[in-house]
Amino acid sequence: MPTDWIMGLAGGVLIGAAAALFLLVNGRIMGASGIIGGLVDGSGRHDWIERAALLAGLLLVPGIAAFATGGSETYLTGNWAVIIASGLLVGIGTRLANGCTSGHGVCGISRLSLRGIVSTAFYIGAGGLTIVIFKHVLGVI
Amino acid sequence: MRVFVSFLVGSIFGLGLLVSGMTDTTKVQGWLDVFGNWDPTLAFVMMGAIVPMAVAWRFTIGRKPVLDDAFPARPEPSVSRNLVLGSTLFGMGWALSGLCPGPAVASLAFGGVGGLVFLGAMLAGMAVAPGVRLRLDRVAAAV
Repeated sequence: MPTDWIMGLAGGVLIGAAAALFLLVNGRIMGASGIIGGLVDGSGRHDWIERAALLAGLLLVPGIAAFATGGSETYLTGNWAVIIASGLLVGIGTRLANGCTSGHGVCGISRLSLRGIVSTAFYIGAGGLTIVIFKHVLGVI
Repeated sequence: MRVFVSFLVGSIFGLGLLVSGMTDTTKVQGWLDVFGNWDPTLAFVMMGAIVPMAVAWRFTIGRKPVLDDAFPARPEPSVSRNLVLGSTLFGMGWALSGLCPGPAVASLAFGGVGGLVFLGAMLAGMAVAPGVRLRLDRVAAAV
């Protein structure tokens, strides 16, 4: 377990460094849902190349690193209904809230933004409750 | 140059998600499973990410971005209905699969068909979100 925590901390520093680089050099907030969502609904048309370049790095580099180190697993559920419901909720929810774990969580909390802190409290609270209901009560996940 | 920096940012972000274990959905669900086998890894990831970013925010005071004219303005600190409702829906979806937007993209290369289906559903959700927003406004105005 402590190894997981150390890797978590190290990976976290990389995530924070990436967000800091994006802010200090490009003057942008590294929020995954905003970057993707802007491409989906057209609101990010003016800087689509930058968004696409970021997503290309986000997709390719961990992909290559995972294969180079002997593969990686997501251990995602095999229940299609759960996967689809989850994806829809994440898509709608993050766009309504204007942010997700990276935007509100990392970038917002580090700036002591009230919106970031409230959003994080609600998605972690709702997530914890969902685990109780769907795992411990209903047993579907 | 901005495009190259964006690619670099995505690469480091993705590597961080992989190294930290956040592309492992059981670790994320484990963090939310307070009454089960609780896994605190996500708290370490958040701590590791927030510290350098907090330093970066401090550094922005009185400066300009290297490749832009101004830093993003602080959004209105209003806790709106959409912020609370959206975050709640997002939290539910996040818990069901253990995926959020960043890791969903970062794990696409090794996430199998399930990962692709999740991404498709997430993109569909993002596509209908502006419509949902409009409808919510209309309902709220009618109440």
